[in-house]
Amino acid sequence: MTAAASPHPEPELILRAERVTKRFGGLVAVKEVDLEIPRGSIVSLIGPNGAGKTTFFNVIVGILDPTSGHVRIGGRRLIGRPVRGWVEPVIWVLPAVIIGLLTGLAWVATANAEIAGFGAALTVFALAAMFLAAIIRPSWYLRLLHSAGVFRSAKPNEMVDAGIGRTFQNIRLFANMTARENVLVGMHSKLHSNAFDALFSTPRARNEEVRATERASELLALVGLRGRDDVVARNLPYGDQRRLEVARALASDPSLLLLDEPTAGMNPQETLNMMELIRKLRSELGVSILLIEHDMRLVMGVSDRITVLDHGDLIAEGTPEEIRRNPKVIEAYLGKPPE
Amino acid sequence: MTWWTRLRQFAGEHRSIAVLGGWVLVGALLPVLVLVPPFSTFQEQSLWLGGFANAGVFILLALGLNIVVGLAGLLDLGYAAFFAIGSYAYAFGASSFTGQHIPFWPMLIIGALAAATFGILLGAPTLRLRGDYLAIVTLGFGEIVPAIFLNADSLTRGTNGIGGVAQPELLGLKFDFSNPVPFYVTMVAILAIVMLFIYRLQASRLGRAWMAIREDELAAASSGINTVTTKLLAFALGASTAGLAGVFNASKLGIVTPDQFGFAVSFTVLAMVVLGGMGNVWGVAVGAFVLYEIQSVLLKQLNQFFHGLHVPVLENIDFVQYQFLLYGLALVGMMLLRPEGLFPSRRRQQELHAASEEIADVPPPTSAVAGE
Amino acid sequence: MRTDRTRALRTVAIVAGLLVVSFVILGVQQFQNFLTLGAIYALVALGYTMVYGIIELINFAHGDVFMVGAFVSMWIMTVPLGLADRPINDPIQLTVVLLAVVIGTMVVMGLIGVIIERFAYRPLRHAPRLAPLITAIGVSFILQNIIQAIFSSSPIAVPQIFPRVKLDLLGGSIGVLNIFMVLVALLLMVALQLFVGRTRLGRAMRATAQDREAAELMGVDINQTIAITFFIAAALAGSAGVIQGLYFGSIQFNLGFFAGLFAFTAAVLGGIGNTTGAAVGGFIIAFIAVLAAQLGYSRWSEVAIFTVLILVLVFRPSGLLGQALGERA
Repeated sequence: MTAAASPHPEPELILRAERVTKRFGGLVAVKEVDLEIPRGSIVSLIGPNGAGKTTFFNVIVGILDPTSGHVRIGGRRLIGRPVRGWVEPVIWVLPAVIIGLLTGLAWVATANAEIAGFGAALTVFALAAMFLAAIIRPSWYLRLLHSAGVFRSAKPNEMVDAGIGRTFQNIRLFANMTARENVLVGMHSKLHSNAFDALFSTPRARNEEVRATERASELLALVGLRGRDDVVARNLPYGDQRRLEVARALASDPSLLLLDEPTAGMNPQETLNMMELIRKLRSELGVSILLIEHDMRLVMGVSDRITVLDHGDLIAEGTPEEIRRNPKVIEAYLGKPPE
Repeated sequence: MTWWTRLRQFAGEHRSIAVLGGWVLVGALLPVLVLVPPFSTFQEQSLWLGGFANAGVFILLALGLNIVVGLAGLLDLGYAAFFAIGSYAYAFGASSFTGQHIPFWPMLIIGALAAATFGILLGAPTLRLRGDYLAIVTLGFGEIVPAIFLNADSLTRGTNGIGGVAQPELLGLKFDFSNPVPFYVTMVAILAIVMLFIYRLQASRLGRAWMAIREDELAAASSGINTVTTKLLAFALGASTAGLAGVFNASKLGIVTPDQFGFAVSFTVLAMVVLGGMGNVWGVAVGAFVLYEIQSVLLKQLNQFFHGLHVPVLENIDFVQYQFLLYGLALVGMMLLRPEGLFPSRRRQQELHAASEEIADVPPPTSAVAGE
Repeated sequence: MRTDRTRALRTVAIVAGLLVVSFVILGVQQFQNFLTLGAIYALVALGYTMVYGIIELINFAHGDVFMVGAFVSMWIMTVPLGLADRPINDPIQLTVVLLAVVIGTMVVMGLIGVIIERFAYRPLRHAPRLAPLITAIGVSFILQNIIQAIFSSSPIAVPQIFPRVKLDLLGGSIGVLNIFMVLVALLLMVALQLFVGRTRLGRAMRATAQDREAAELMGVDINQTIAITFFIAAALAGSAGVIQGLYFGSIQFNLGFFAGLFAFTAAVLGGIGNTTGAAVGGFIIAFIAVLAAQLGYSRWSEVAIFTVLILVLVFRPSGLLGQALGERA
């Protein structure tokens, strides 16, 4: 991941979004929204439909680039507008250009066809290597970019490495894989066996699988799906599918969990269960939580702080009590009272 | 529990034994089987065995393509390019044309590595493309690679190809064209090892990552999977299998020419994977074997049979020539009637027939292809 | 907001501009090839782009539809019309014959397109993306083999009924045939733009392409709309087949493979789903193909075109006239 210079002076803020703006052509979906999530807290993001909540979410997790503004995770700027992006293509072609020039000089000096041929091959090789590096992004390449002052937002899987887990508004489980397999995929970034380990069935691979499977069972039990490990995800009832998504997101050991409308389509009892689960996640696992929700009882019941969006603008921020009484919030939801 | 269920359970728990044992069994049975009518009437045993070794090449190709298409869900229509790389690599390394004489066995590894490298190179541009576009680009590469071999006359002798490719040698035994048995045994061994590897991959962290990408690429990335490296690994491992097949094929034929690697090959292998049952490793192998035997033996037999009968229309049809028509019809028919293939994995069958069983609303994947 | 007439005129203007540029670079002789290929690729590309726009499927078999069109036109000329391989000099007779061949081919191919869609693609409309792709490949092979079976694997001669009249132009000569064919192609393209832009059916097509469910809710008959799209796409490919036969003089069953891929590249280059783009793309690709062929090696034009395809898909997937997409991941 490429990150900006020094750590933020308040590391107990697990997430800090500053003036995030996202524009799609002429439409401003999110305008200058700030958000802070102190470590260990539960923060809710609410607002009428179309307020920009999911767009904001998608910026935080690295799916969308913000038009301006940035997001810090644990003090490090991970999401933001590209900086000095033009340097990247230069880095790609620079080695090849240098080698090409040297080859040209050698050719002029010695008129030796073999050297010229060798040099040409090396040029092509350098070009291909740099393009591959640009695609694969190994750590040496990222460090190179960092030292050149290039900044690019982290990709979704890099955000997982940074400790962010998320669920989706419309459930996106791996429908044809079992509950256990879904959770194991969630654990991907924390497991280390690679292709070699797989091919030769090394002890490391085997031990890791055993431990991973145990941990998957634990996580499933935690979210209330004990014993359902082998059920294929598409065969689970709706409420259980939502829980499974939470389990999958937890599998990467996140410090911040982003839940996108976790109780959509649930009845009151299921909603209460989800509330319990959210509280448990904070108290037992110490996970901080950012919640997008429409269900006000849930929001008022679990949140430490609430941020309200309307038409892309941040219109209010505060404790549940403050928000409940905020006239602008009431107006956004219910409309202006008759004069 | 029936003996079949018990066998499958055993196989699941002791995979290595099951796979290796299975191939030993198959390898020993086939030569015996062809001594029995009606098979003994089609052709004699040594021709059968030579044909089996050739079928093995296609089985290997199908297994490799299955990694790319069946496991990872990336529709590769230019798979023959990697087959070509393997073959030409061996031809460069061990033929009278170049004068090099690197032995066959290390060349297997070298050919596989060369093909894997190209798998990464050719796969890289496709990473952000959706299924249809990925297919076309791979098709393009499948045409460009043989075209380059065709046109680089000085290096590859163009259309004439590279002849005098060396045969393998093991402990003093030199393989030659008159005796198919060493080639047959070698191929069985290669297939056993490759299949074992593939099963292990399928059940591993990497295999799960491939399946996740195939199901829903965005969710996979959001779960921490680096889709770039994971897809490139699929290309690399799939291509390396084709590289193996290429080296073997070159050594068995003794000559490598560009026209061995046209779209017809890519298409045939794809047909084998689809018809056999994408994602199901043994299913794909059986499917490939059956299709190859149909193509090389059965169609000829049908020709002789119907010509002998003097049935009016049928006697004038050359079944061999129209095999691609049959493939085309079979593919269309399969997709309409039984898209999971002849020997589907349970998972795939679930996937493809689940429309009527939706309990909850799980939206379709946005990524390229839904597969096993 | 662009009106349809402005759009149609813009297409003609861009293409005319291209013509001038290529004329200068290629020289008069190769210019003829460029014109013809451009017309062919544009017409076939339109089919790709229309089908993709409406059901998001790359119709692999479309190139072979073009090939079948060439054979159908040849058959119409030799069997019902019984024409010999001699130019028809009487303008009225020539016009009538050409009309018969073109219209006949277009109608037959349109019907074939509808049949293919109905039996091979429609049942798979909700299947995972892989299924119709594979079916399309299957259909492609079926078409090629049927033609092989009916006619032959070797090249077949097409009656050269168009008189070889040339116009002297800037140091070389251009056949009237070329000019005629390009005019026909342009006419068809303009007609298509007007149809899609102005008529009720055309509107239905555009609506279905943008949002199938909404269109259905508004009362659009989706099956009929898609069938019409396939009819038009195949008919256009058929007309391209007529041009192919008349100009190159011989046709073969494997004509469709590369022609289809080139035309597809043209559609992508112009912006998939964008009919103006397909037309423009067709002429650009033809230009590249003729230029590459001039430069030497066999199959170098194929390598060049594929490289164009890959570059476009990697760096600007929306094509020249499409809109750039905003998302990253």
